[in-house]
Amino acid sequence: MTETTTTKYGAAKVEHQGAISRFLEATEINTRLLGMLGALLIIWLGFHFYGEIFIGRGSFLTPRNLWNLSVQTSSIGIMSTGMVLVIITRNIDLSVGSMIGVIGMAMGLLQVEILPQYVGLGHWSIWILAVITGLVLGTVIGAFHGWLIAYRKIPAFIVTLGGLMVWRGMAFLSANGRTISPVDPTFALLGGGPYGAVGEVGSWIVGIVACVGVVWMLYSGRQASKRHDFKLKPMWAEIFIAVIGCGAIISSVLLVNAYPWPKGILKAYGRAHDIDMTGVFVSHGFAIPVLILLAVGIAMTFLMTRMRFGRYVYAIGGNPEAAALAGINTRWMTLKIFALMGMLTSISAVIASARLNSATNALGTLDELYVIAAAVIGGTSLTGGVGTIYGAILGALVMQSLLSGMVLIGFDSAIQRVVVGSVLVLAVWIDTVYNSRKN
Amino acid sequence: MSNTDKIPLIKMTDISIAFGGIKAVDHVDIDLFPGEVVAVLGHNGAGKSTLIKILSGAYKRDSGKIFVRGEEADINNPRDAKKYGIETIYQTLAVADNVDAAANLYLGREILTKIGTLDDTAMEAEARKVMGRLNPNFQRFKEPVSKLSGGQRQSVAIARAILFNARILVMDEPTAALGPQETEQVGELIHQLKKDGIGIFLISHDIHDVFDLADRIAVMKNGKMVGYANTKDVTKDEVLGMIILGKCPPAAIPGPGAMQEA
Repeated sequence: MTETTTTKYGAAKVEHQGAISRFLEATEINTRLLGMLGALLIIWLGFHFYGEIFIGRGSFLTPRNLWNLSVQTSSIGIMSTGMVLVIITRNIDLSVGSMIGVIGMAMGLLQVEILPQYVGLGHWSIWILAVITGLVLGTVIGAFHGWLIAYRKIPAFIVTLGGLMVWRGMAFLSANGRTISPVDPTFALLGGGPYGAVGEVGSWIVGIVACVGVVWMLYSGRQASKRHDFKLKPMWAEIFIAVIGCGAIISSVLLVNAYPWPKGILKAYGRAHDIDMTGVFVSHGFAIPVLILLAVGIAMTFLMTRMRFGRYVYAIGGNPEAAALAGINTRWMTLKIFALMGMLTSISAVIASARLNSATNALGTLDELYVIAAAVIGGTSLTGGVGTIYGAILGALVMQSLLSGMVLIGFDSAIQRVVVGSVLVLAVWIDTVYNSRKN
Repeated sequence: MSNTDKIPLIKMTDISIAFGGIKAVDHVDIDLFPGEVVAVLGHNGAGKSTLIKILSGAYKRDSGKIFVRGEEADINNPRDAKKYGIETIYQTLAVADNVDAAANLYLGREILTKIGTLDDTAMEAEARKVMGRLNPNFQRFKEPVSKLSGGQRQSVAIARAILFNARILVMDEPTAALGPQETEQVGELIHQLKKDGIGIFLISHDIHDVFDLADRIAVMKNGKMVGYANTKDVTKDEVLGMIILGKCPPAAIPGPGAMQEA
């Protein structure tokens, strides 16, 4: 009896899988991507209904929380796109959290204590000079790490472990542990908040541009395949992807536009501009840090899939010797990868300190671990050669969802750490099982 | 046929390299003519792979000169060697396992679009042409090379070399990882390349692999050249004697590494 049912069930399952895998093959959708989206859905629904049932109020799947989640993900997400490159080439960077601290302090001191002396407080150029200085500092520190690793042959683990301590110490020394606050008002917009968002119209513009971009990419890909007489994807598959892609973009626009300014902000804005704002619905729209994350994600994906640089990163990760024999300057590549990691870290430092409206020497503590976890949850293999940018960003979103979800339902930080740590190990285990099955 | 009236494709003279105190290659001379296959034989550690890595730019020689078509060549890295038309297929099948065949074929020399991005479709189209000539059954262009069989990986490595119009091909243990049928394929390919006037260095520790393919052999032992011989003038046993004992038969031209007769 049992045997027959199992067989029947098994047979049905095989047929079922046949249809799904045919579908996946036609649309060229990555199963790992689907798995990550599935995990994300489970986490979101889980937290929402846990709140609904045990607290009497499900607050996870609300525009407000999801908007905040998007802002919280930005900083880790941006760094995780760089960590993917570092891990693909079989290195590691443990210093990014401390680099955020020191870069944040440098930018804070510059815009609060140094620049106002020369250009005057509140001058328009302050935030630009601060950001540029931050970017240069991050790139230089990263390049220095890369030089030690590639040209002085010190293992990346050691160089960046040293960096973890050195830069955190430097962040403290730079202002003797003081907190530098408040930052330049324009600079603060880069961290999000009601004013640091592009509003309803801006969000629609972003959404429409993104939709046009998706359709254009699918079209030009198809044209290129036609030119070389390659097998084309079925038309329904192309349309399906276009619909899903644009649907996701438009839903996210609707979502961020559904989160209105809170009453206090409305009043303050009304007072400042001398208009009555009571009862007016002002949408947040996409937060600026989220748009920065999107821009970084697109640029990094372009770099990794369409540029020589990305091709070399994968080749070095797959077989460093073969890459060197093919004439790739692997040392110079390593230096550039760490410099890029440093630059991305400084972008995150801008967002983190702007969001906090201050620079503290503790800014970014433990971020290196969240960034590595995000990359690994997103499918980056620590043995090298494998990893994607979108995976890392999704990994960051999964982790941030867990963290903020647990805050919402009132789990304390000790439990949060237990859960995040376990999820990291679980994710890698599932990945290992998945890979061994596939082979 | 005398080789003296032609300019050699490659002439390496007085090449030496040492790792620490060990002289891996010790004052070695070797040359290669167009359309010729020269087998470089020797035990593991005889210095043959090191010699060839100097030619392909992977190692930098301590002393000696390399001439390509009679002109002195400045080879300091793999990129330099490729500029002179020297392509190498390594023993370890030097392919990047995690990327696909087309990406491997063009690694380091990608086809770019007008705006400087990778032109993947053009590379795949070219890869399909070359692989079609070499291994018509090959269809797995979208998969990472790690999913391919040893023979398919070898054909990717060889395609990589001929794709760029190599004039000098260096094959390090080309058939070591292959089955009998695939070995035969490689043999046919070598004949075809010879007809095109390409000079080929075959590196091997097993004379059976290369004896039928080579026009000439050069035997190394302990970093020194034992001697050179035309394959038709010597027997396999005599060559074995050269490899194991360093003893030169009468038909061979002895080098500095030959056993001195008392």
